[in-house]
Order: sequence, then structure tokens, then C-alpha cells
Amino acid sequence: MMMHLPALPVLLPFFAAVFVLFPFFNERLPLQRLVTQLFLLALVAVSALMLYTTLRDGALGYAMGDWEAPFGIFLLADPMSSFMVLLTSVLALGAHLYACAGEDATGRYFHPLYLFQLMGLNGAFLTADAFNLFVFFEILLIASYSLLIHGGGRERTRAAQHYVLYNLIGSAFFLVALAVLYHAFGTLNIPDMAERAPHLSDESLPLAEAGGMLLMLVFGIKAALLPLHFWLPRTYSSTSIPVAALFAVMTKVGLYSMWRIHGVVYAEGHGELGGLGLDLLAVLSGLTVVVGSLGVLAAESLRRLIANLVILSAGTLLMTVAMGTTQAVAAGVYYTLHSTLMSGAFFLVAGLVVLQRGQAGDRFVRSRPMLAPKLTGFLFAICAMALIGLPPFSGFVGKVFIMQSALDSGDAWWVWPLVLISGLAAMIALSRAGSTLFWRTQGNVLPEVKERLSRLHFAGAGLLCLTTIALVLAAGPLTEWSMRAAQDMHQGVSLEQLNGGRP
Amino acid sequence: MELIYATVVGVMVTCSVFLMLRGHTFAIVMGLTLMSYAVNLFLFASGGLALHKPAILGETENPTDPLPQALVLTAIVIGFAMTAFALILAIRARADLGNDQVDGRSAPTDSLATKDKEQREKPRATEKASGGKSR
Repeated sequence: MMMHLPALPVLLPFFAAVFVLFPFFNERLPLQRLVTQLFLLALVAVSALMLYTTLRDGALGYAMGDWEAPFGIFLLADPMSSFMVLLTSVLALGAHLYACAGEDATGRYFHPLYLFQLMGLNGAFLTADAFNLFVFFEILLIASYSLLIHGGGRERTRAAQHYVLYNLIGSAFFLVALAVLYHAFGTLNIPDMAERAPHLSDESLPLAEAGGMLLMLVFGIKAALLPLHFWLPRTYSSTSIPVAALFAVMTKVGLYSMWRIHGVVYAEGHGELGGLGLDLLAVLSGLTVVVGSLGVLAAESLRRLIANLVILSAGTLLMTVAMGTTQAVAAGVYYTLHSTLMSGAFFLVAGLVVLQRGQAGDRFVRSRPMLAPKLTGFLFAICAMALIGLPPFSGFVGKVFIMQSALDSGDAWWVWPLVLISGLAAMIALSRAGSTLFWRTQGNVLPEVKERLSRLHFAGAGLLCLTTIALVLAAGPLTEWSMRAAQDMHQGVSLEQLNGGRP
Repeated sequence: MELIYATVVGVMVTCSVFLMLRGHTFAIVMGLTLMSYAVNLFLFASGGLALHKPAILGETENPTDPLPQALVLTAIVIGFAMTAFALILAIRARADLGNDQVDGRSAPTDSLATKDKEQREKPRATEKASGGKSR
């Protein structure tokens, strides 16, 4: 069982998805919900166990079908990937609770698609092979295409069309990059590439550089880097609430791949390839933060605002890639945990707002009061304060960690103003949003809200909001572990280690 | 051989980029299909081009690299599924939004199409005018 641990986060959602596709389950929605929920709980347990094991014993390799490392499908669970898998499964659990309150009944196959999406995400986090990364990207993308239009509607179709066509072009670029890299390196196994990077011949150096920059473009599309981020606000604000919450982790896949490829294969000290494209990334990530802040200030509805907050946090995280130091990556890991969970929670809170305000939805206009303004407002305040970066919530710890690492790496002069001013912009926008949504009211509570609103809605949103408090309480060990994760990732693993001592 | 191969890939990418820059979903899907063919060919060439060398050990002295072929196979399958999805989505968007523009706006913004239309209508208009004169 322990031997197969790295494969479980990929296989569990896969089998669960196939399971709930059987007619027996597929015809009974409550049963489907229960089974999916149980599998998600198992997934959280497995990923927590994986994080514990990797922190204690170091990286775990898993060769699918025992095909050895540079050739076979190879999964690598180190603290870094375990952190991301745990993050995904906790977020998925919260968003799924919310979906069970009725959002999943608006179309068929919600639960299998949701599970396939998780399989793609976990696979992308765990794989140690660049081509496999592409395959898992496609799995998570095709599941996300279907989840995006789940429930249907004009706005969703339009958003999906842009998202799908754009990502298909991105996938084509990904394949071109992989072909170039294969020719340059002679391998697509990431640890193997990292080993060969310092010893490339002069002939293949330009190819390796071109391939690396192409990959940065592809990951930039996924991570919402400045000129490539235009798909994000419309996609996130038009899709259904639980899907938007789950999508909060999608931008982090691109970011994580940049850490893996550009932080390890193109690491400083790898001769000519060291630090490839990081100067450009620094400029673009800074501009992403600026554009995200402007978007946050200009947003007319709560979901648009949160989508722009996602861009803002993506820009902040990409700055940690551009800084490139181990401490910056560690700060990035903590900030990823915080921003993903809180953006997801905020989308669920936006869902609560939409449900209770009738026609006005989540637009910032005067409308009817809510049925449960205190509880909703309390959750809203937690999410808002965490995402702005006010103490005592996790955003504060995360931002301090990032600014500290910027000070140590000598990047403080451009990182500090951006982090602080974007926090100010978020504070202005969110205080305006909150006072409009909760205080500018007239008329009575809508009568049908009581039936529409269920405890599960609050359970999902509440669960994710609680994680910010957990992140603060465990901030000491978590920062230590994320340091470990970043160190382990930068140190890398050799092929021999991967194959368990076999040459 | 490399020159011909590279030219073919280049021409296909050029055509696909032209098609993808049109505003109609069908043209874009066609462009994406062409693009994926070109990318598959490019991926196939990444192991180096060789003639009469099977990708099997023991058949010849120096067999060709089998990995790119495996990669191409995977890429073909994925590309096929994605194109099918994009087509279905395009049909759905045609039904939901009432037209086949990517932005879902009804006014045609494709300048090439309007130019085409103008040119097609111009001779007809002159014909009509000349016909009127003769009468």
C-alpha cells in the first residue's frame, strides 16, 4: 500500500469517476453525492499521508508498470507536489460540499467530470515527465471544458468558446516546445533534463533556450501572466459557483510547472541556461499585479472582482518564480496554499450572495436584504481580510513571507511596492463591495430564498473559510515545511535515486 | 529531405494561422486541425529524420528513435478528441448565440468576407447598369 502511495491521488479519482458513471449510481443523485464525497475524504487522507511520508523520508518515486525512469511513465511525490495535491483535495472537498446543495443537478455527469478534473490536476502535480505533464494538462483541460459549460446558458457558451479555442492553441505550442526540448536534451524526464542541462553541446543550447521560452509562454497562458490572461475574468465569472471555486487551483498548475521546469531545469548555475527568461518574467509578473489591481478596482460584480483577485495573486506568485531563490519559492508555496483556498472560499461566498439577492445577483447595486446577512457577511469579511492581507489571517503571513524573501534576495525595491499597493487596491475595492452588498438594501427578503438556501451551501463555504485560520495557527510548521519542499525541489533527485538504486 | 519536410510543416502552419485569425468558429477549428497536423509532423521530426530504419531493436544496425513516434501517437489521439470537442462546442455556440462569430456578435466583423462580397456584387451591379443603358 505504502509503495503505491504516489499513484493513489491519480488513481483514486479515476476509479471513483468510473464508479459513479455506472448506471446504478448515475441514476441516483444522492448516492452519487455520497460516493464522491467519501472518495474525496479518502483523497484528503491519502494526500495528507503522502505529505507526512515525504517530509519524513524524502521523495517517493513510482514507475508505472515498472518501466524505468527516463522512458516510462514516472510519478514523483516530493513535499512540493504533496503540498499541491493536499491543497487540491481540500479545495475540492469544500467546493463539492457546496455543489451537493443543488448545483450538480443542473446537468448530467457533474460528479464524474469533477473527479476527472481532480485526476488531471493531481497527475500534473505528481508527474516527473514533461510529456506526461502535457497529457495530464489535456485531461484536466477537457474535464474543465465540460465543467465550464455545465448547466448551459449563453454567457457560459461564449466564455467556453474562447477558453477552449485559446487553450487548444496553447496545447499546440506545448507540443512544439516538447519536440524542441526532446531534440535538445534527448530526454523529457524532468530530473534527467536537470542533470543534462549543464552539459549541453553548443549546438543544442539555442534549441534548449527556445524550448524553455516556449514552455514559459504555455505555462503563462495557464497561470494568467499579463498579455495572456484575458481569458480568465470572463471564464471564472460566468461558470457555476463550485466550478469557479475549483478553478482557483487551475492557475496554480501553470505556476507549479514553472517552478518545476524553470526553477529546476533552468536553475541558476546550469551554465548558459541558468535563469532563462526570469528578467522578462519579473517585468510581466509585476505588470500582471498592476493590471489585476486595476481590474479589482473596476469590477462591477463580486465574481468579476474575485476573478481579478485571482489574477492579482497569480501575479504575486509569479514574482516569486522571477526572484528564483529557494526562500522565495518557499514563500510562494505558503502563499499558494493561502490564495487558492481563500479564492475558492470567496467564490462560494459569492454564490451565497447570488442565491440570496434574487435579480440583483452579485452586481454592486442596491437590492433586497439577505436572509442570513450576519453569517454571509461574517464569511465575506474573513475571505476579504485574508485576501487583502490583513492580520490575523493567512494573507498577512503569506505577504510578510514573500516580502521577507524579496528583502533577502535584493528584489525588495520592486516587489514591496507592488505587494503593498495591490493590497491597498484590494482593500478599497472589497470595502466598497461589502458595504454595497450588505448595507445598501431596500424592500423585504425574497420569500423563495429560504427553500433555495441549504445548510450544505454554508458548510462548503465555511469549511474553506476555516482553512485560513488553520493556515495561521499552523504557520510555524507550514513555513518550515515549505522551506523543506523548496529545498528538496531545487536539490533535485538523480535518476539512480528514482529507480531505487538501479543505474 | 529535411528542407522539403520543413517547408511542408511551415506551409501548413502558415495556412493554419491564416485560418485561425478569421472570426468564424468553423474556420478556426479547421485552422486548429491543420495546426495539430503540422505539430505532429514537427514532433515526429524531433528524433531526427532517417530513411529505412525501423524503430525496432535487432532489425538493423542502428534503429531510429522510437520515442517521438510514441509521442506523436499520443498527440494524435489527444488532438482528435480536442478537435471533436471544439466542433461540438462550435455547433452549440451557433445554436446558443445565433451566429458563428467567436465573440457571438451578430454584425460580421470579418473584413475579408465583406471585401469578397463587394467584389462579387460589383460586376453584377455594373452589368445591371449597362443592361439598363442598352434598353
